[in-house]
Amino acid sequence: MLEKKSIAVLIPGVAALWLVATPCAQAGSSDPQEFTEIERGRYLAITSDCVSCHTVPGGKPFAGGRPIETPFGNIVAPNITPDLDTGTGAWSDEAFDAAVRGGVRPNRARLYPAMPYNAYAKMSRDDVRAIRAYLNTVDAVRNAVIANTLPFPFNIRATMRIWDALYFKQGEFKPDPSKSAEWNRGAFLVDGPAHCGACHTPKTFLGGDRTDLYLQGSYLQGWSAPDITDDKRTGLGNWSVADIASYLKTGHNGITAATGPMAEAVSLSTSHMTDDDTKAIAIYLKSLPGKASDATPLAADSATMSAGSAIYRDQCSACHGIEGKGVAKLFPAVASSSMVRSGDPTTAIRIVLRGARSVGTRAEQTAPGMPSYGWQLDDGEVAAVLNYIRNSWGGAAPAIESKDVSRVRSDTASRPD
Amino acid sequence: MARKLSKKDVVIIGFGWTGAIMANELTDEGLDVIAIERGPWRDAPTDFPPGYMQDELRYRVRHELFLRPDQITFTFRNKTDQTALPIRSWGAFMPPNGVGGGGVHWNAEMWRFLPSDFVLKTHLTERYGKDFLPEDMTIQDWGITYDELEPHYDRFEYLCGTSGTAGNLNGKIMEGGNPFEGPRSRPYPTPAQAQPFSHTLFGKAARELGYKPFPQPSGNLSQAYTNPLGLQMGPCTYCGFCEWFGCSNYSKASPQTTILPYLIRKPNFSARDNSEVVKINVDSSGKHATGVTFVDTSGEEWEQPADLVILSAFSLFNVQLLLHSKIGTPYDPASNTGVIGRNYTHQTISTVNGFFDHKKFNFNPFIASGAIGMCIDEFNGDNFDHGPYGFVGGGYVGQVQTGARPIESTLTPPGTPKWGAAWKSAVRDNYLSTVKPGTGVHGSSYAYRDVYLGLDPTYKDRFGRPLMQITMDLHDNEVKQNHFLTDKFAEIIKAMGADHVIKQYRTAPYDITQYQTTHVNGGAVMGTDPLTSALNRYLQSWDVPNLFVLGASAFPQNPGYNPTLTVGALAYWAAAAIRDKYLKNPGRLVDA
Repeated sequence: MLEKKSIAVLIPGVAALWLVATPCAQAGSSDPQEFTEIERGRYLAITSDCVSCHTVPGGKPFAGGRPIETPFGNIVAPNITPDLDTGTGAWSDEAFDAAVRGGVRPNRARLYPAMPYNAYAKMSRDDVRAIRAYLNTVDAVRNAVIANTLPFPFNIRATMRIWDALYFKQGEFKPDPSKSAEWNRGAFLVDGPAHCGACHTPKTFLGGDRTDLYLQGSYLQGWSAPDITDDKRTGLGNWSVADIASYLKTGHNGITAATGPMAEAVSLSTSHMTDDDTKAIAIYLKSLPGKASDATPLAADSATMSAGSAIYRDQCSACHGIEGKGVAKLFPAVASSSMVRSGDPTTAIRIVLRGARSVGTRAEQTAPGMPSYGWQLDDGEVAAVLNYIRNSWGGAAPAIESKDVSRVRSDTASRPD
Repeated sequence: MARKLSKKDVVIIGFGWTGAIMANELTDEGLDVIAIERGPWRDAPTDFPPGYMQDELRYRVRHELFLRPDQITFTFRNKTDQTALPIRSWGAFMPPNGVGGGGVHWNAEMWRFLPSDFVLKTHLTERYGKDFLPEDMTIQDWGITYDELEPHYDRFEYLCGTSGTAGNLNGKIMEGGNPFEGPRSRPYPTPAQAQPFSHTLFGKAARELGYKPFPQPSGNLSQAYTNPLGLQMGPCTYCGFCEWFGCSNYSKASPQTTILPYLIRKPNFSARDNSEVVKINVDSSGKHATGVTFVDTSGEEWEQPADLVILSAFSLFNVQLLLHSKIGTPYDPASNTGVIGRNYTHQTISTVNGFFDHKKFNFNPFIASGAIGMCIDEFNGDNFDHGPYGFVGGGYVGQVQTGARPIESTLTPPGTPKWGAAWKSAVRDNYLSTVKPGTGVHGSSYAYRDVYLGLDPTYKDRFGRPLMQITMDLHDNEVKQNHFLTDKFAEIIKAMGADHVIKQYRTAPYDITQYQTTHVNGGAVMGTDPLTSALNRYLQSWDVPNLFVLGASAFPQNPGYNPTLTVGALAYWAAAAIRDKYLKNPGRLVDA
């Protein structure tokens, strides 16, 4: 024990974290009150972004109560502080591990997959014990949460047995020995704690992952999450590893900025990751070929493109530039932003209609914002200007119709920005 | 009875440029700082969006960003034997409102004052003898030198990303810059803005007349810039909607673009908006401030105790709050004693409009920025021998046209009917070919015994306190100065090729209804003698040493430049004094 401690202390922070990727030695032998264990758990909790769902914005950390919108209704995230009655304080380590990695509550009831246990399963038992060790050190908050506010039949937790049978794969992350350590670290983070697929992988009608469209972009909570494979047109194909790492670390790069739910993910999770980890994620994402999609640009002389061009000059070019190049870390380069040409244009439409605030991080504090144009442009005009942006400067994407804009307009009308 | 809040290290009254600078400096020092602002919180993308910010009716004509006289106003008179009346619609100057203050709606001209401006009384007396100055002129030295302020000028210029061409780099005169400026320790952080056609033509004409024209230093940036706090600014788009408007492009230096995103993330900073400070509280000795009392929009009174009070409201409100708080001796023009309200000044502005042949000249005048312009400085301060002319002071002159917004840009040549088809035709013919610099002659405003601020005997505000009274008239010295500068300026406009040159001299009496600039100064001036200044050279109150008063209220008189760069530099200077001297040994920093 003494020997192990001294080794752990000697290993500098970043290197120590590499141990996470190799669920290995001495399972179950760690001391939950030991600093190294708590610190490892803190970092895993950050990469897992536990605090996001389990905290009401501005409220007590991990005390739960935040409603998580799903296609089936709202699920309220429970209290995971060590409070004995209303938190997880009275749970055994086994029960905690079964919930995080198995989707099963101590009373054997099934969790809903809004809790990404299917991703967290990639972590080791030791990893989850470390998270618990950390959570045991945060303030216990008495806050009873009624988690299940779903309508029938989804309010019957037993239905999740079927879901689990269809979509839930147990099993820790297995490194691919043919790939680099960095790639494996990235794969572990993306598929495991960081649970990127929860938002970026399309879902079946039952909410399970479409593994055939892995990380190729999805829709949730009024936003389309973009394709984050290496696809050149709709994904990260034109981003360098440094561009991706900078985006995760600072929320900004020379092309675009994080907003909406990703702003929160950057703010609470990725901006606190180590530089090695954001780079590892970037290396892994760059290795995913994606769908190698193709599209034919709309004719420049079409009515929608002509109208869009005029609107772009009037309304957009002051910040984003006549050539769509923007200003690095201030105004996104819409000419090269893959989000703009996403197959599901929901986010692009939403940003034009309602505006958006980019994330402010320690490294990039400006947090520039885009104002709303929904009061000024009608649905046809929004479609036209987006068609112009999507199909100019060498880009190509299917036409957006006025009714697509109407749908987003009505869907976002009562949502918080 | 005010409800008492928990004590802070520092309370800042007014959250514009100087409040933001001081808050950032003192939170860096580890102090717990709260800023209290009368107006609303304002942020660039949400409050100045490009979709409607360029609305001349809303912002220029209807004063969207400014204080409402219903909330607070002043009374005005020209002479001490007149009865002052309340200002019911802003005219000669525009009191700002809300977070960012004047830093939101300004043009962002970033001038340094001349070295001689800081030692004006000494300099003019030595050069021309004391009898050269008018008997009732009360100009005085600042108690600080240009060299002392230079590092702080530099700091503010780099915070803002200022675009300009250096004229004097460490004593070496540089081609293309202002050869009259004091030595600067390094070049401007970004190159000067590109100049539109009429501005370029002015530069050419001035050069041919033997002057040394240079681009006006600008806080509207020529290129993208990352400031020393890590905040990103964008390049100016030359939209021509700066003054009276907020900037939606992150390209005009303002507290919003250069400080606030950094400051508001600090855990030891907090702010209250929509809260009006009505009094600085002092203890029974009268020599120590204990904090402030403010009123929220519900009319509730709150007391915010603090160890250090920073008064950083708009210049006039600084003086007003000192008078209402009974800090310092009010100025009495009859006996020429007292300091609060003394040496109030404004600016001496005029312009010259040039009508050019519209078949030959198309200036595209709407392409502009707030601080665009080509200027000459030959007639500023004491850059020329005033001996033959019988006046002192001066100003820069230049083609500084900041746009051609439709409501205000309908100038027609003399003899045009005031309405109807002929008027419309003349507007159409002249819109693109008229030079209309707005504040083309930017003259100094020196201080006089009978120009001052006091409390009105009749009119009261909504709290029942006397309104502040402005007594201000234009003196012969400024009239002569303006005549001289306007004539010189007109010669250059003529040399540009104008068919008609219309001189609009500034004439007495001073008119409170006609806009000049928002550069109202003085009333709580800095200096070396407590009998003639409210503040010492560190902007510290002589009477209450834990009170510092920032802003143009500290100017003993106003040179022929825009004030903001000096206002910001003085805030950094005062912050340095607090950090390096005051906090180590709280008390008077200068022995009287």
